[in-house]
Amino acid sequence: MHMTGHRGIIRNMAVGMVLAAACGPGSEAADSAVDDSAVVAFIDAQIEQAWRDNEVRPSEQAPQAEWVRRVYLDLAGRIPRVAEIQEAFEDDEPRLRTALVNRLLESSDFVRHFTTIWTNECIGRATPRRVSRRGMEKFFREAFARNRPWNDVVYDLITAEGHFEENGAVNYILAQTQMRDDGVQLTAKTARLFLGVQIQCTQCHNHPFNDWQQKQFWELNSFFRQVRRIDHRRVDPDTGRMVDDYSEVVRRDFTGPVFFEKRSGLMQVAFPILGDERIDPDSEDRRGELGRLLTRSQGDAPPLIATALVNRMWAHFFGYGFTRPVDDMGPHNAPSHPDVLDRLAREFVASGYDVRRLIRWICSTRAYSLTSRFGRHNAADDPASGEMPLFSHMYVRAMTAEQLYDSLITATGAHQSVRGGRDAQRRQRRRWMQQFVRTFDNDENAETTTFNGTIPQALMLMNSELTARAVSAEPGSFLYDVLSRPGSDTERVQQLYLAALSRKATRAELSRMRKILRSSGPDGRVAAFQDLFWALLNSNEFILIH
Amino acid sequence: MKRRHFLQHVLTAASVLPACRFLSHLTAHAATVRAQRKACILMWMGGGPPTIDLFDLKPGSKNGGEFTPIDTAVPGIQICEHLPEIAKVFGDLSLIRSMSTREADHTRGRYYMHTSYVPNPTVTHPTFGSVVSYEFRDRLDDLQIPAFVSIGAAGGDAGFLGMAHAPFVVDASGQIRNAPSEENRRRLPRRLAMLEEIEAGFIRSRRGDLPQDHLSVYRNAVNLMTSDQMAAFSPQRSAPRWGLEAESDAVMERYGQNGFGRGLLVARRLVQIGVPFVEVSMNGWDLHQNVFQTLRNQHLPQLDRGVSALVSDLRDRGMIDDVVLVWMGEFGRTPRINQNVGRDHWASSWTVMMGGGGLRNGQVIGATDKDGVAIADGSRSFLPGDIWATVAHALGIPLNTVHTSRRGRPMKLANGGTPVKELIG
Repeated sequence: MHMTGHRGIIRNMAVGMVLAAACGPGSEAADSAVDDSAVVAFIDAQIEQAWRDNEVRPSEQAPQAEWVRRVYLDLAGRIPRVAEIQEAFEDDEPRLRTALVNRLLESSDFVRHFTTIWTNECIGRATPRRVSRRGMEKFFREAFARNRPWNDVVYDLITAEGHFEENGAVNYILAQTQMRDDGVQLTAKTARLFLGVQIQCTQCHNHPFNDWQQKQFWELNSFFRQVRRIDHRRVDPDTGRMVDDYSEVVRRDFTGPVFFEKRSGLMQVAFPILGDERIDPDSEDRRGELGRLLTRSQGDAPPLIATALVNRMWAHFFGYGFTRPVDDMGPHNAPSHPDVLDRLAREFVASGYDVRRLIRWICSTRAYSLTSRFGRHNAADDPASGEMPLFSHMYVRAMTAEQLYDSLITATGAHQSVRGGRDAQRRQRRRWMQQFVRTFDNDENAETTTFNGTIPQALMLMNSELTARAVSAEPGSFLYDVLSRPGSDTERVQQLYLAALSRKATRAELSRMRKILRSSGPDGRVAAFQDLFWALLNSNEFILIH
Repeated sequence: MKRRHFLQHVLTAASVLPACRFLSHLTAHAATVRAQRKACILMWMGGGPPTIDLFDLKPGSKNGGEFTPIDTAVPGIQICEHLPEIAKVFGDLSLIRSMSTREADHTRGRYYMHTSYVPNPTVTHPTFGSVVSYEFRDRLDDLQIPAFVSIGAAGGDAGFLGMAHAPFVVDASGQIRNAPSEENRRRLPRRLAMLEEIEAGFIRSRRGDLPQDHLSVYRNAVNLMTSDQMAAFSPQRSAPRWGLEAESDAVMERYGQNGFGRGLLVARRLVQIGVPFVEVSMNGWDLHQNVFQTLRNQHLPQLDRGVSALVSDLRDRGMIDDVVLVWMGEFGRTPRINQNVGRDHWASSWTVMMGGGGLRNGQVIGATDKDGVAIADGSRSFLPGDIWATVAHALGIPLNTVHTSRRGRPMKLANGGTPVKELIG
């Protein structure tokens, strides 16, 4: 396997460069003791070992076009523009890859993409009543723009107090206290989202699989009993009726234990305790105490907030985390690569919970550099069929609805037709999103989406107003530009392929498409190009991240 | 020719406009007399209904709640006073009062009740509608819309049976978004010819199943878009070729002018044109507080009207023996009434309702104890697999059917459940 060794050296150089570039703003907190190339080399070695153990051989490195498209989707939440692809192609490997990751991490698109993801996680896509989406987005925008340490972000979310637009962090708590349920939903969601453990069923009984006990649920819950939400109302001067005004979270006077009922009907008490750490039940700042406890190591293991984020982040880039699902970790659900998960979590802590640095490590791994094409030698590495992921090739996954929307806008310049600037665009995107969101209307606050690769999604891409606008050939549109520029039809076809698929048409595709275009005659030429663009935007290759 | 296979040829053929095949059914000869087909309508009570207040009342118990039982059309069987119309048609319905399931969390319960399997991180089991779609795949040649329609998105998917059998989710009232305009329909052939070229290339590049799944879904979507069977989703429209008339105001009123009632009416129309599995959701059953008032004023009137209209309509049309009905949610609710006058999640003793389908209806099977907290001594308890095995029996799907997960694991139909023997007689 000397090929591997050779490639490994090149990649280590690449990692060095990422790190050199990483010492810019936002990484002051970084601990110089963390050796980035050592972290990446360790991960590579572990993953390669698993390949050997399972007798698979990895796929080739992804062609540049494939990789560039993927990294744009993963970091910026959209496909690259034609100019960005051409710019990327001017750089050489491996400089290109490291430089591009660094550039994207500094971009406003990265901030927007991760803000979308975490806003959806914290308050859902269907904003609950009395929750400010703007406020929540503002909080995350600042967090990701300034690369705030993750433990600080989590601390702010669980300790938040105040007006829902002045302190956007409170919206997490507002969204999770929709029912007057003594913070049960907030407890379960916090465990799941930030600690990566599912304890919702321990509200009523000991967990059937992991080692959470009912008592521990209520111990965690008791940290949240000093939460009080106030939903202000005001008189609407036009109608004279009372309408919703702002909401806020304030501190509630609460000390002592909480009471819960065992299945047997016996009442029990629980005090604020996390793991082995107990706080003073008379504390008036229980949530602050919890925020501090969350960064304590659990015995030998790194803190759960670190492990949970690492697992999620890995899944963000590969489609699969180290456990399935990512938010159900514990002794009942052994991770696929325990050493990688553990090391990444430790280094993440040592780096000062530096989110961008964690992303750089993941994007620098050999696994992330591989193509999504696979062969007989690694066809068995198929997590979709239930196998443990080996990361011997990139796994194809579908874009989220937001990624699709932003990619359509990128490919077609459709945003130019929206007046009113960024806010209007955001509103338009949110309105468009709503058609896919279905809420279950239960105490888990759960929702589902019909943007899941089924017919409603196909109908939207085929027939919606958004698509009609995307393939419009009116002056000012992308197609108009392409069609009115001098050049051959072959060049035009190539422009459309680049815009939609970030690659050029193959020779076979070119000849087939030109044949179809020719058969349309000169009068129908514009319509034929529109139809080609329609086909590209509706294709599997467009909607999938690969 | 089977339209559902329209693109398979394209992957090898080189004609310029093979997509004309898409539209072939527009001229296809519609069967005038169609074989009577079996179907299932699942009424999904999202959130978990308090069956102790609906179908298994406990008068005299501390858990008994505020409602009084009334007689049904079947002597000796009583249900809640706020379900008088269902009581009248009870001869076509049955209650299984001894469900004992283990999942009392919404997501897990929804999965378990829909698939018969508990969640497992390494495999996604198909929801039963997908199983029916898969099993009926070769008998539905004149069906141009998906074989599994979910009105109101109860959740669940086709799992290892593949995207072609995923539920087609429409709005709670049965409405379809982004239906094609005339212009879009006209331009479809050339667009599809180009699309096929790109799709085929990406499928050939070996990247797993998603690219192929995408193609199957588009195939189904195109069939749907160009079919006059779409009229089934709009009660005001007719499609004489498929025996669908426009519904009168009286019929709409009978089902109820609300999402659930309208969904049931659309379900009946879908079954009429040959859709073998329709799921209709009614949400809002997660009644942790204020259970009696909510039931009395909101949920029970809608439920009573919708279910009774469906049952009597199916009977009037001579369809009752061909359409098996299932009514259930994730779980039941705690017998004990909590301090907010609500009931919490409870899976160990609750009720599922079935009906139609040629079953021996008008029965109560199983019982809970006097306070509703456990299955009564001497009563058998039932699992979701037993319900689905009963449905499989009614639909004529062999009980020894085994599906294979993508990892090669054999999966028994309905997790090896047994039909409720009292019902299949």
